[in-house]
Amino acid sequence: MNKQITTIQGLCAPMMMDDIDTDIIIPAQHLTQTSKSGYGQHAFARLKQADPDFVLNQNKYQKAKVLITGDNFGCGSSREHAVWAIQELGFQAIIAPSFADIFSNNARKNGLVLIEQPVTLCQQWAQQAKDHEFQITIDLVTAKIQAGNEAYLFDINPFFQHCLTHGHSELDYLLSQQVAITRHQQAAINQQLFIDFTGAPQ
Amino acid sequence: MKQNIVEKIWQQHVVQHESGFPDVLRIDFALLHEVTSAQAFAMIEEQGLSIQNPKQFLATIDHSIPTRQNRHEIYDQTAKQQIELLRNNCQKHGITLCDLDSQHQGIVHVVGPELGITQPGMTLVCGDSHTATHGAFGTLAFGIGTSTLAHVFAAGAILMKRPKVMRVHFTGQLPANCYAKDMIMYLIAQIGIGGATGHVIEYTGEAIQVLSMEQRMTLCNMSIECGAIAGLIAPDQTTFDYIKNRPYAPKGAQWQTATDFWKSLHSDVACDYDQTVELDISLLQPQVSWGTNPEQTIGINQVIPTGKINFNESLDYVKLTTAQPLAGLPVDWAFVGSCTNGRIEDLRVVAQILDGHQIAEHVTMYIVPGSEQVMQQAQAEGLDQIFTTAGAEFRMPGCSMCLGMNDDKVPAGSRCISSTNRNFIGRQGTGSITHLASPATVAYSALAGFITSEYQNTYTQKEAS
Ligand code: SF4
Repeated sequence: MNKQITTIQGLCAPMMMDDIDTDIIIPAQHLTQTSKSGYGQHAFARLKQADPDFVLNQNKYQKAKVLITGDNFGCGSSREHAVWAIQELGFQAIIAPSFADIFSNNARKNGLVLIEQPVTLCQQWAQQAKDHEFQITIDLVTAKIQAGNEAYLFDINPFFQHCLTHGHSELDYLLSQQVAITRHQQAAINQQLFIDFTGAPQ
Repeated sequence: MKQNIVEKIWQQHVVQHESGFPDVLRIDFALLHEVTSAQAFAMIEEQGLSIQNPKQFLATIDHSIPTRQNRHEIYDQTAKQQIELLRNNCQKHGITLCDLDSQHQGIVHVVGPELGITQPGMTLVCGDSHTATHGAFGTLAFGIGTSTLAHVFAAGAILMKRPKVMRVHFTGQLPANCYAKDMIMYLIAQIGIGGATGHVIEYTGEAIQVLSMEQRMTLCNMSIECGAIAGLIAPDQTTFDYIKNRPYAPKGAQWQTATDFWKSLHSDVACDYDQTVELDISLLQPQVSWGTNPEQTIGINQVIPTGKINFNESLDYVKLTTAQPLAGLPVDWAFVGSCTNGRIEDLRVVAQILDGHQIAEHVTMYIVPGSEQVMQQAQAEGLDQIFTTAGAEFRMPGCSMCLGMNDDKVPAGSRCISSTNRNFIGRQGTGSITHLASPATVAYSALAGFITSEYQNTYTQKEAS
């Protein structure tokens, strides 16, 4: 079982840069840990150091739960540490025009909600989050974002929506398919799969 | 129905397809390394699950190890613990580990193909974004995160949406001073770092067919740098010749059955793709990156363009300006290695260029073989002698200066010409500046002391005097 998430309500933090890569989110030198925690303090370290006014250095965003960002967020490495680091900062959702594939897969498995919205809307919300305290409510059951008096729909795969809102894990679903998977594996051997496992180095 | 190669492989691996659900995709093999596996072992243990088929995994140590001779002494305590943990986990779960004293230790994407694990038509995953390297064999290979690795451990399958397929068709012949590295960097510059998001790329064209397996690996390796999930090339005789007689390759009568099957793995004539990109490479120049992502790349004779808004931040970081050429720009470091360009053919190209010359006095050059096997081959051919005589350091196998999480780092403010795949801010060490290029361009630049893709009079004269 995972944590059940039906709504996310909170303050937005604007980080309107395109192509924020995983080396920016969590630099490689902090990846030698073997646990899932301890990464938040190093998240966006390079941007934090380079600019005292960087969004995450500002007090008013310390309690933010939603990150509004630019195109292609999370590109680069497959490190899931990037997701763990962002969650440790308190973020529960990210809104961007698009996300890199591996990052999306990783986020989903950890219950970090990623929502795609058109670039103009992201820019508009980022501006509002800069100008004043900008709160939104994300309803995962109805796939709707409430921002002020306006409501916005978003796309979410029904299966992932179900997992999030019921606290089901993808692994449980996979394990329920175990018999079929094993049968499939057996059928592949010598038909489609020719690895000689006796060749493994000793 | 006409199908492209990706659809064929996908279909062969779908265990369960239900609309509204992601597909249950059978995974044939997974490679592990020390950095992204520990938490996956912990996840299954916490849930009381076991590894379904330990033979289906192979682990190596590459990212966080030092590459000096006495690499057994690891000074970084957390890196040391990480490696110890991988050893324990592999032992506990019965997974083969290519440890530091193994004949097969090396960068995960160099070791897999070398052992003959990477075979056409398979699904292969690794907790590493450059897993697309294995696509060179017509393998559907892609990077996964740690949680997904735990899924492979426990179930031998993952959940995934069927990807879109992009065909990248190269026309024309590759010019003599260019390599697969220049082809892929050119593609990335054209379509952008998010240009293939959501897609698997199939690379086609005569220019692809004539590439060696090692060059194909270089090409597929950087597919992720334009956002692709994976990149692959249909298998052919070149592929079969490479695989034959390797430890995990099928033997005896199995070999014939396997190659017969592998020959069926190609896109049908006039099949559909979600997107097609055509690139003429007959006038390609050696490519060099100028900025802080691989899309920011130009030909060696071009100047830095004006363009997107984020260009300014990149330019500030790399201390360059618009309209400036890269040719002639002084470099402090030169690096040859990584899963992109750390194979024996890469080292041969570098040796041929360095042979009989000295690298510039102000340049530090590291040449790091991708694996133990590559290192031994280089030594057998005397390449190591050429490297050290030229003033370069030939080191032990590992990721080394590709990512700055081991002892090998480019110092802050220093400029490095590098055969690697990413020039992200701080990738090679905090404050480091990276220019990506082919091993040949790295070698020429190391000799000259500035970015160039050919021999320069300056040092040939110096040699004569
Ligand atoms: S060589 Fe570089 S890109 Fe390749 S696996 Fe190692 S760190 Fe990753």
